[in-house]
Amino acid sequence: MEISLTLNGKTVKAQIAPDTLLLDFLRQQGCLSVKRGCETANCGLCTVFLDEHPVLSCGVLAARAAGHQVRTLEGLQSEAEEFVGFIADQGAEQCGFCNPGFVMNTIALLRENPDPTDDEIRAFLSGNLCRCSGYEGQLRGIRAYLDWKKKGGADRGE
Amino acid sequence: MLSIGQYVRAQSLEEAYTLCQKKSSVVLGGILWLKMQNRTVGTAIDLCDLGLEGIEETEEEFRIGAMTSLRALETHPGLNAYTGGAMARCLGSIVGVQFRNLATIGGSLYGRFGFSDPLTLLMALGAKVELYHRGVLELEEFAALPFERDILVRVILPKTTKGAVYRSQRNTATDFPVLTFAAARRPEGLVCALGARPGKARLFRDEEGILAGGITPESAETFGRWLADQAALGHDLRAGEEYRRRICRVLARRGLLELAKEE
Amino acid sequence: MENKTFKTVGKPLRKKDAMGLLLGKPAYVDDVTPRDCLVVKVLRSPHAHALIEEIDTSVAMKVPGMVAVYTYRDVPQKRFTMAGQTAPEPSPYDRLILDQRVRFVGDAVAVLAGENEAAVNKALKLVKVRYQVLEPVLDIHTAKDNPILVHPEENWRSLCPVGADNHRNLCASEVSGDGDVEAVLASCDEVVERTYHTKACQQAMMETFRTYTEMDPYGRLHVVSSTQIVFHVRRILANALDIPRSRIHVEKPRIGGGFGAKQTVVAEVYPALVTWKTGRPAKMIYTRQECQIAGSPRHEMEVRVRLGAMRDGSIRALDVYTLSNTGAYGEHGPTTVGLSGHKSIPLYTGGLEAYRFGYDVVYTNVQAAGAYRGYGATQGIFAVESAVNELAARLGMDPVELRKKNMVREGQAMPAYYGEVAGACALDRCMDRCAEIFGWKEKFPVRELGGGKVRTAGVAMAMQGSGISGVDVGSATVKLSDDGFYNLTIGAADMGTGCDTILAQMVAECMDCGLEDVAVFGADTDASPYDSGSYASSTTYVTGKAVEKACGELKEKICALAADMLGCGPEQVEFAGRTVRRLDGKGQVSLAQIADRSMCGNETALQATCSHSSPISPPPFMVGMAEIELDRETGSVKLLDYAAVVDCGTPINPNLARVQTEGGLVQGIGMALSENVTYTPEGRILEDSFMQYKIPTRLDMGKLRVEFESSYEQTGPFGAKSIGEIVINTPAPALAHAIYRATGVWHRELPITPEKILLGMDGQE
Repeated sequence: MEISLTLNGKTVKAQIAPDTLLLDFLRQQGCLSVKRGCETANCGLCTVFLDEHPVLSCGVLAARAAGHQVRTLEGLQSEAEEFVGFIADQGAEQCGFCNPGFVMNTIALLRENPDPTDDEIRAFLSGNLCRCSGYEGQLRGIRAYLDWKKKGGADRGE
Repeated sequence: MLSIGQYVRAQSLEEAYTLCQKKSSVVLGGILWLKMQNRTVGTAIDLCDLGLEGIEETEEEFRIGAMTSLRALETHPGLNAYTGGAMARCLGSIVGVQFRNLATIGGSLYGRFGFSDPLTLLMALGAKVELYHRGVLELEEFAALPFERDILVRVILPKTTKGAVYRSQRNTATDFPVLTFAAARRPEGLVCALGARPGKARLFRDEEGILAGGITPESAETFGRWLADQAALGHDLRAGEEYRRRICRVLARRGLLELAKEE
Repeated sequence: MENKTFKTVGKPLRKKDAMGLLLGKPAYVDDVTPRDCLVVKVLRSPHAHALIEEIDTSVAMKVPGMVAVYTYRDVPQKRFTMAGQTAPEPSPYDRLILDQRVRFVGDAVAVLAGENEAAVNKALKLVKVRYQVLEPVLDIHTAKDNPILVHPEENWRSLCPVGADNHRNLCASEVSGDGDVEAVLASCDEVVERTYHTKACQQAMMETFRTYTEMDPYGRLHVVSSTQIVFHVRRILANALDIPRSRIHVEKPRIGGGFGAKQTVVAEVYPALVTWKTGRPAKMIYTRQECQIAGSPRHEMEVRVRLGAMRDGSIRALDVYTLSNTGAYGEHGPTTVGLSGHKSIPLYTGGLEAYRFGYDVVYTNVQAAGAYRGYGATQGIFAVESAVNELAARLGMDPVELRKKNMVREGQAMPAYYGEVAGACALDRCMDRCAEIFGWKEKFPVRELGGGKVRTAGVAMAMQGSGISGVDVGSATVKLSDDGFYNLTIGAADMGTGCDTILAQMVAECMDCGLEDVAVFGADTDASPYDSGSYASSTTYVTGKAVEKACGELKEKICALAADMLGCGPEQVEFAGRTVRRLDGKGQVSLAQIADRSMCGNETALQATCSHSSPISPPPFMVGMAEIELDRETGSVKLLDYAAVVDCGTPINPNLARVQTEGGLVQGIGMALSENVTYTPEGRILEDSFMQYKIPTRLDMGKLRVEFESSYEQTGPFGAKSIGEIVINTPAPALAHAIYRATGVWHRELPITPEKILLGMDGQE
């Protein structure tokens, strides 16, 4: 079947099988930031935005996304760039495989709640598994970013 | 591996209903559970174009479209005000935000899963479901029905309860529950639901009038024991029957005392 | 401790690949290899033990798009091991790519390759197999000398004297010791004798096993794999396919986590077989379910500890016997078990008069185990540390004081650690510091909060090694390039740990340049100098030293060429980072000038390759303390606070060392509380997904606090030891300890679930 959707701001038309998952479709479209970590919708690695809501792209049929807006980390580079340096400054990216999903969902969190508490951060990101970092460094990074923003987001001398 | 022959976005409930009469057809919810099954689906029927997404609040009730996400329920101010935060508490432990943005209330209830948190709470709250063919019926009744080829259109939550609580026991924070407990004060008296027994949620009423004299630490304890004796509890990968029986008492007692405190 | 000041070493610098990874740039196997290649999948056995009587692939091959279905008839009949170890491998040669006998639920039955995933999925259902189902060996206690043999075959081979005997279901066995354990135990006031049980936990790295293979234009098999061990992969594939090693080229891109899983050749053989036979590019991506049922998890172990002590708390004897379950194949079986004693007993070298350590490693018909962070030490330390905590409880002693009385101290020779001397050991300082930052005195007492909730704490110590002494080889090539930047080429594998960056920091330190002046490449068997690979906590300590050596040699070469340019002898110049200058002040040349000069009419390669191997494996040490809140009415445990103080020698990059520690702690917390492995009576694993195998989310851990109390290891680069593995070892015993304090019940089997806690309290109150 043919679908048409808006991917990272551009209209994309493609032929797909009816059972194609959005995750596989997006990788076929070259959005390689979208990762698969499980088959049971438990890991959060494949997080993308569907109409600006964070969703698991393994849990959406590409056909369902037709006519909708889909955004991946490829389409959010500048918004991501503003804060991921703070994660890098903790060394909390580690293997990196969970990073795109984690970054996407953190962006979603901060759009919804620009000044979250630590507990709110943990709760919102609880569906993003990470096996390397132990999560604490990710939290420190987000906290450092928020503190920096509160201070006006001055040049960090990079 | 899920395999789908044909994907159809139904343009009317009638079309969806007609299509879903075929054995090989499936109505799509959030597909989170569906896609884990090794299943060949002839026609996948998507209700996403039917405007079934959204929560309407009136003086008398909430009308929740079947395609409304669990996350929308979780964050709905009206629902949370009405349930004293029980709605958020009930849904907030389900996997993660991205999961709950996909999982639909229609899918969650239609599946009548044993582990379902929302089935437990909504049952205690006296929710009704509106089925396209069968019409409106109590969620309690629906949950007990055998699977029928019908379309769950919306959930209707009459504003008849005063105070509700929700508790679940989980081995890890976002895992399936080992036991779920919800209680609500309905006009006819206190009603509670127990789910993840591991069987699907069931309603229990204070048949013996244990709480007739009010909820006290003693009556709550007695009720919890009574409930644990009444409920059919069993074993699954997460816990055995004996453990469930023990925490049933605790969840019930704590839940009831919390309910009492809310007044 | 030496107080050295460094410019780049010891600094919390960003990982070189951090921004790329955080921004989701394509970097992993499936991102950087072609999509239009054959899809490879494995048909897996539904039986724990069976013989394939008949296998019919004809119907499967009729599926449009199917290219090949291979069975046991299509593969070489020479046995090999998938364990990534230095040859001759201690792990027995007990594998074929496909075998007529299948030995666990999930064992490979057939390899399928097709043009697309749908075709292969369909074909998987159409391979017809008739099994002669055999009774499996599922109980580790009756595996040894069981009449049912997991490996009855005549061509099974053990290459090293590890006490293996396939006719006894034995993968390894040994007894070692020092002193007369029985006599000392007999004269002790107290003997704690307990048995502890840990499960076959999964590494659960986020990127599953995956490998891409193709034939290159030279007729060589080119392998791109997510592996910690490119050189071992080359050898193992050559063994498996029975082809010359010269015909294989292995490289790794970024790796999405390993934790030891990717120290075994789990996925590589299947696409390699397909490509070698068809000549076509092929890719295998393990599903999560395959990782869970046919991966390479931790060895299940049952560890019996006999601990002898006097009433004053002096520990005099330790007798440890480990029964390890290697599963259906022997990968890492003979070696992991050793650490269960050799990395637990030496913690109590203090006044230890005698020890004995014995083990049996048995074959059973479950998923084969392998290497997982901690590598046996985790299991042994859970047992020994728990026994010490039980002793403290029995004696009514503060477990911190008990440990201070008995712990190994700097300068002591450790008989149970191959006689090595603890040359750099800050364990005592780790304990003091941890107790201080944690608030041990306040948190250890059981505090009732009402409503059935109590708070209390537990403690444990740990050690590990730094590389495999006398075996591991680390190498580095450092080259001066145009403009005066350096290329560092390594064979070690950065699996997210940051070794590319850490090793570059060492180059920057040695060559007095910035981290940005060092470009790192690796690992590639054609291009990298030989390195055993990244495992056994070896990379910082072993490869790091090779980097240091290579930099020293390169400096000499640079100075020689510069001296030539400056018209003097090499002894008359000094290396000054961005320049080389004459000692007499009569001139200097820049690094860029030297680099340019090296590329014109020059016969001195401005490149140095050095290898390093260490005769010793200096242990890092650490202390962990856990505070929990336990609900006595539900058995739920809430971890509130985990403090850890680590002695890894000099932390080369404190950020990365800290995150290693935090990550390891959370893995240990998962192992202790939620990561379960259970089997059906037929031997099928029930926790075969992330839905059932529960690794911790960020809501399942409390606050983590990590500090370093550094010793200075003279044999390590800049005083460094290791950090990668030790960090997983303390949570299980510390949490079991805290749970005992809260409930009065010792849990000697992991994971300690709420159900076990609640029902365990029956009869206590």
